[in-house]
Amino acid sequence: MTQGEIVAGCLAPHPPHLVYAENPPQNEPVAEGGWEQLRWGYERLRDSLKDVEYDAIVLLSPHWQTYVGTHFLGLPNFKSLSVDPVFPNLFRYHYDLNIDVDLTSKIHDKAAEAGLAVKMMENPDFRVDYGTITTGHMFNPAWDKPLVVISSNRSRDYYSVEVMQEMMIELGKVTREAILESGKKVVVIASNSLSHRHFTTESAIPEDMSKEHITSHAMHLWDMRMINYFRTGQAQRILDEMPEFTEQAIAESDGGGLSWLLSTLDTPSYPATLHGYGTIIGTGNAIVEWPERDHKEAKQ
Amino acid sequence: MTEGSIVGSFIVPVHPHTVLAPEQNEGWQRLRDAFDEAAQRIKDADADLLIIYSTTWPSIIGHQIQADPNPEWVMVDNDFHDLGSIPYSFNIDADFAHAWNEANEKRGLKSRTVNYTGFPIDVGSVVALKLLNPDNAIPAVIVSSNVYANRSETTVLAKSCLDVIKATGRKAVAITAMSLSNRMFTAPIDPKDDRIHSLKDDEWNRKILEFLGEGRMEDVGQLSRTIHKQIRVQKVVAFKPMWWLSGMNDNRNNLSGEVLAYEAIHGAGGAVVHLDPTPSGAGDKEYDEDDVEFYSGERNVLDAEEEQELIEEAKKPTSGGPELWEPTTGEHSVNSEAAPKPVGMYPHARKVGDLLYLSGVGPRQPGTNAIPGGPICDENGKALDYDIKAQTKAVVDNITRILEEAGGSIEDVLDVTSFLVDMDRDFSGYNEVWAETLGKVGPTRTTLAIRALPTPIAVEMKVIAKAPPTE
Repeated sequence: MTQGEIVAGCLAPHPPHLVYAENPPQNEPVAEGGWEQLRWGYERLRDSLKDVEYDAIVLLSPHWQTYVGTHFLGLPNFKSLSVDPVFPNLFRYHYDLNIDVDLTSKIHDKAAEAGLAVKMMENPDFRVDYGTITTGHMFNPAWDKPLVVISSNRSRDYYSVEVMQEMMIELGKVTREAILESGKKVVVIASNSLSHRHFTTESAIPEDMSKEHITSHAMHLWDMRMINYFRTGQAQRILDEMPEFTEQAIAESDGGGLSWLLSTLDTPSYPATLHGYGTIIGTGNAIVEWPERDHKEAKQ
Repeated sequence: MTEGSIVGSFIVPVHPHTVLAPEQNEGWQRLRDAFDEAAQRIKDADADLLIIYSTTWPSIIGHQIQADPNPEWVMVDNDFHDLGSIPYSFNIDADFAHAWNEANEKRGLKSRTVNYTGFPIDVGSVVALKLLNPDNAIPAVIVSSNVYANRSETTVLAKSCLDVIKATGRKAVAITAMSLSNRMFTAPIDPKDDRIHSLKDDEWNRKILEFLGEGRMEDVGQLSRTIHKQIRVQKVVAFKPMWWLSGMNDNRNNLSGEVLAYEAIHGAGGAVVHLDPTPSGAGDKEYDEDDVEFYSGERNVLDAEEEQELIEEAKKPTSGGPELWEPTTGEHSVNSEAAPKPVGMYPHARKVGDLLYLSGVGPRQPGTNAIPGGPICDENGKALDYDIKAQTKAVVDNITRILEEAGGSIEDVLDVTSFLVDMDRDFSGYNEVWAETLGKVGPTRTTLAIRALPTPIAVEMKVIAKAPPTE
């Protein structure tokens, strides 16, 4: 069998505002636009991958929060209505997504062999979290690729960023191994923001961009620091500074997605492409692509 | 119309085991039996409204209040999905929800109602309503736990709720859906092996329950922050339901409390507690935190001081450069807390006979490791502009600190070897500071140009000084 391949890794954040502003038919609320810088960033990401063949998307979302290990969606299809419990006024999305159960099982089994606590989610009534759906939609609005969906193990809450990262790096390694052994071409995605301090009030018109900016200068400094590391191929440095970044920027990297992504990409030393940066209710969001297909030397 | 009031309060656990699998563990069954007993007591109290504050419904844009008159769906827990599904169809008092939202506004508090088909009612609320109100006979209201709310906001949230209860003549039951200690086992367990995660968690849980059993609601409320630090995993919602429940009981400390059950659910502390408003005679508060009637916080997330601290932290280098070491402590070593940490295994200075030999001293600042005058390059090796005078002055200051630690002073310096990474650029500035400081002391000096130093600094000095006399 041909060896599998990770064609790209992406940081692709999930604020539901982006789907809201796009006005897709699946979402009930209607917007007057908004957050264009980020939506255009997603356009550039999609354009960058439009001629790249791949079989599946492997995605870790910080909004499927599990405290008893790492979980995987384990049924072939999920179809329902997702209502964001924090922004129900913006996101009520009718989803219909397919799961690559075979690849999911391979990653799950390898993680179990590595000693990680894992569980397949096989309850057909389960509602997929809005983070997965938002990133899934923004990355691939056609929904024509099957997904592997991995929960966010909240080991950071229970222990520390360091422990979380140790577990996510291990999960990343087995994810990579499973993909390479599967013979499939895959895009891996971490669905998280950078700095994550919200405004605690919402504009009368949520998409009023005159009200949108980063919550504080400190958050901006951290976001730019991380983006600089992305763009200069310093993944190891990101991992090294993850505890400070996560604590001080209240970053959504606390969910483990970014650490897992960089580990899955084998801690890339090549530059990533920044497709867009913007804020959403004050949080910092970057759309970033590591084009691993162009960096054969990075592979084992 | 008679003025409304709270006719009872309950604390109940959040996880779905009591609904879906009580038979799998004796403790879960005891919790379920306690739920059933609580439901009967609510019925006996002739309550006409259930108000749930749920810790498993976090919110960001203020508090949210459920206002869908009949929310229906099937709830599956994020973690315990293998236990099964919980279909629900609840009877929500939307009028009360809207009135509460307006009352919040009057007390300066931001909140909003939510009424959307398919809105995901959280697991804590679903468990509470399924078991405490199984036939939906009593209308209910659910409020979220705002992740950013502090004690003032949470207390005012309760007071505005009481405003509406009193004005509408309701006989209300206040319910907090919450764990006590909330640390669960992080891997699946056999149900028969369930227990409280740690002895410390168990001891704290029992202390909280002792207070609640004595009706000391406000004392528990005022211990919330301590309890959170001691036995709560640092999730976003903290241990604020006790603030709300105390507020709902007029911050009283003489309720009649009864613990109906206390058991583990996957390691977390779950309890069913009944607090009756009948005075117990207990009385005096052990703690006395200020009460609050209106919320006047600006709701800016960061105050100016916090903001500045975060900016300074964000500017600090946290990696790059060599690892810092604790100075070694061999015989005759001299080390100072006021000097920067070594970049290798050596002391700040060592005394031999009448002389004191100092390890090479640079300008890095103790504690922060910052470089006065700026580093000579950034983390990527890109050259930066820097101030050699500030760096040289900082070197002399560090030498002074080490000598003072040894019991001497800068006046004791005998011989200095200076290292500059850019002689052409820096000699003049270095020499100027020298003249103003060590030059006045009069040691011999040698200045060398070298290619690099271990940290991004431009100058380092190697010093030999007179050792202060031994007492």
